[in-house]
Amino acid sequence: MNNARLETIPANLIRSLPLPPPVALERGLSPAQWGMISFLVSEVALFSTLIVVYLTFRGSDLSGPTPAILSRTLVFCTTFCLIASSVTIHFAVKSLSCGERSAFLRWWTASILLGLVFLAGTAYEWRELIVIHDLTIGRNLFGSTYYTLVGFHALHVTAGVVLMLTVLGLTLNRLVSFSNRAGVALVSWYWHFVDCVWLVVFAVVYLA
Amino acid sequence: MAVVEQEPVLLRAYQFTPEPDSASWSAVLHICVMTVDHKKIGIMYVIMALVFLVIGGIEALLIRFQLLFPRNNLIGPETFNGLFTMHGTTMVFFVGMPILIGIGNYLVPLMIGARDMAFPRLNAFGFWATLFGGLLLYFCFVTGGAPTMGWFAYAPLTEHTFARSAATDFWALGLAVSGFGTLTAGINFIATILAMRAPGMTLRKIPFFVWTMLWTAVLILFAIPPLTVALTMILLDRNLGTHFFDVQNGGSAFLWQHLFWFFGHPEVYILILPVFGMVSEVIPVFSRKVLFGYEFMAAATAAIAFISLGVWAHHMYAVGMSRVVDLYFAAASLVVSIPTGIKLFNWLATMYGGRIILASPMLFAVGFLSMFLIGGLTGIMLAVVPFDLQLTDSYFVVGHFHWVLIGGTLFGTFAGIHYWYPKVTGRMLSERLASWQFWLLYVGFILTFGPMHVAGFLGMPRRIYTYDAGLGWDFWNQVTTIGAIIQVPSYAILVFNLITSLWKGQPAGDNPWHAWTLEWATTSPPPAYNFETIPTVHSRRPLWDLSHPDDPDWKYE
Ligand SMILES: [Cu+2]
Repeated sequence: MNNARLETIPANLIRSLPLPPPVALERGLSPAQWGMISFLVSEVALFSTLIVVYLTFRGSDLSGPTPAILSRTLVFCTTFCLIASSVTIHFAVKSLSCGERSAFLRWWTASILLGLVFLAGTAYEWRELIVIHDLTIGRNLFGSTYYTLVGFHALHVTAGVVLMLTVLGLTLNRLVSFSNRAGVALVSWYWHFVDCVWLVVFAVVYLA
Repeated sequence: MAVVEQEPVLLRAYQFTPEPDSASWSAVLHICVMTVDHKKIGIMYVIMALVFLVIGGIEALLIRFQLLFPRNNLIGPETFNGLFTMHGTTMVFFVGMPILIGIGNYLVPLMIGARDMAFPRLNAFGFWATLFGGLLLYFCFVTGGAPTMGWFAYAPLTEHTFARSAATDFWALGLAVSGFGTLTAGINFIATILAMRAPGMTLRKIPFFVWTMLWTAVLILFAIPPLTVALTMILLDRNLGTHFFDVQNGGSAFLWQHLFWFFGHPEVYILILPVFGMVSEVIPVFSRKVLFGYEFMAAATAAIAFISLGVWAHHMYAVGMSRVVDLYFAAASLVVSIPTGIKLFNWLATMYGGRIILASPMLFAVGFLSMFLIGGLTGIMLAVVPFDLQLTDSYFVVGHFHWVLIGGTLFGTFAGIHYWYPKVTGRMLSERLASWQFWLLYVGFILTFGPMHVAGFLGMPRRIYTYDAGLGWDFWNQVTTIGAIIQVPSYAILVFNLITSLWKGQPAGDNPWHAWTLEWATTSPPPAYNFETIPTVHSRRPLWDLSHPDDPDWKYE
């Protein structure tokens, strides 16, 4: 039906028809990259809300423990681990892009271990808070907001570790190689993001 | 020679061959559960939304029958509270959003010349999360009655002290789960639109509906996560004893209002932007002109999306925030009327001097224009602080947002459904039934929601389950109920038309409306792979270029 007009045009006229300009190929991010970016944008909204809630209630408790009980030494160590894991995962992705499988495995495993150390540190910290300082999630507003904010972040770290373990398992089965570098890079984007969020949480909860 | 090489490859896809006859229910169910095809998922979204529309409509009718007479005792106050909570929640989360996301799902890949959404399996997940979220919400009836705190669930009514049954937990869980589904749909739309357009289709050349879906998706990214956090906080409060909204222990009811409306206001734009897009597709085709001021319309869409993230507290004037805060939110809310006004005038300018064809899609689009204008004007009134303080929580507010959601979202969506039904099914809808549906809805709608404004002026608060005679409210409530009854056959006609036209309708052909966007280049219904050859695009109206090679659009854009 749409070609109807085309057929009614005499052949000698077709030569005089205007030619469309050549179509330039657009070079942009891949769908997966846009997907990860939009997911991370929504995560920014999520953590911003949690941080706003934390700040809203900061210092409004009349009873129970306050942020003063938090141990900074421990958290400095775990924070260092998380920053270090961002560095190692960066090198892991770089090695994969160069096709160096064993280097990738080393850096990748190091990142997982550093993430696990962070989680172990959080677990230890929470145990101290609950057992020694008697700070539970229902104790007061500090407990409610602290565990919710840090818990949501720890949940994201856990998800990241699970993701990285999955990639590790696939690599050991020789299912991940140079050709999967884009997907592996996306995992690293997520991990960098989780680390950045931690720096903000760290500043808001432990430094302020 | 060059002509042949450069000719747009808008080849017709293979003739659609229907799948092997799957008569048995289990076979149909199997296809529904297993499919990752954006077209089937889109249809499933729309059907789900229509089913919830009927459920929410029945709830609304029960509310209206209770309010028909003063001191009526048809349903008790507790049931009444449950009904308006479920009605609001259902209509916003399980009718409005799914129907728009569903239509977007069906059309966006077709309109940009892609074979599917960017993440088909995630797409299916999004649908099922939405559906199961809705089922989870309605599960509350099994636990002994609906939640009774209203759809915006003001704290501390959601606290365990005030809502002892599990209904509130089901409400929060249902919304959180479906919100997760909505979020994945938003991510999918962004990735699809930004990275999967046909060669030559730059962002400046995408169909306008696709542009509005892009901004809807952006709003989803920003609006849904705060709601998820707030719902989590409700669940933690109720189940783990936290104190976020527990006002007796230092929690804040005010915080909930901020969090909810930070979601809630962008939500109304999630519900209207795609409709702006549909109307912007329909009006040019049925005026036989290009969309007037595409660039201005596009900029206005982006502006609305941005501004809508910063106006939420206009729902909260009555709380007593500071004067500065009130003034800011009033000013910001009034600013929204500028891009919205640009849109209205551009639609009118598109129609001006056009050869208007008043087929059913255009009928609904014109209905949309007239009704959305009025809803927008009452919105401007409510953005003004002193006016709002006088009428807050009155029936005027109820009248206003129903006017926007039905006069705007629903009329526009019906325009879209009538416009694209031939593409989806290969058959035309009955124009006679469609005009019956339109006029019944138009009259019923005005009779239902017009009097609500008057009742509000006369001081009738929203959400009261009954009222005394002699307050001057009886008459207006009765007109409202009559209007609601008039609307009922309209929806019945729609459903009847949608179903019977499947076999009774005239065969549609590829492009029954002589439209210009890519979805009309393929067969009706489109084959599973959409396009045999991915088309190359040179302008905003590729099918015009194809049928007018002597005078193509790309010369002027
Ligand atoms: Cu609003």
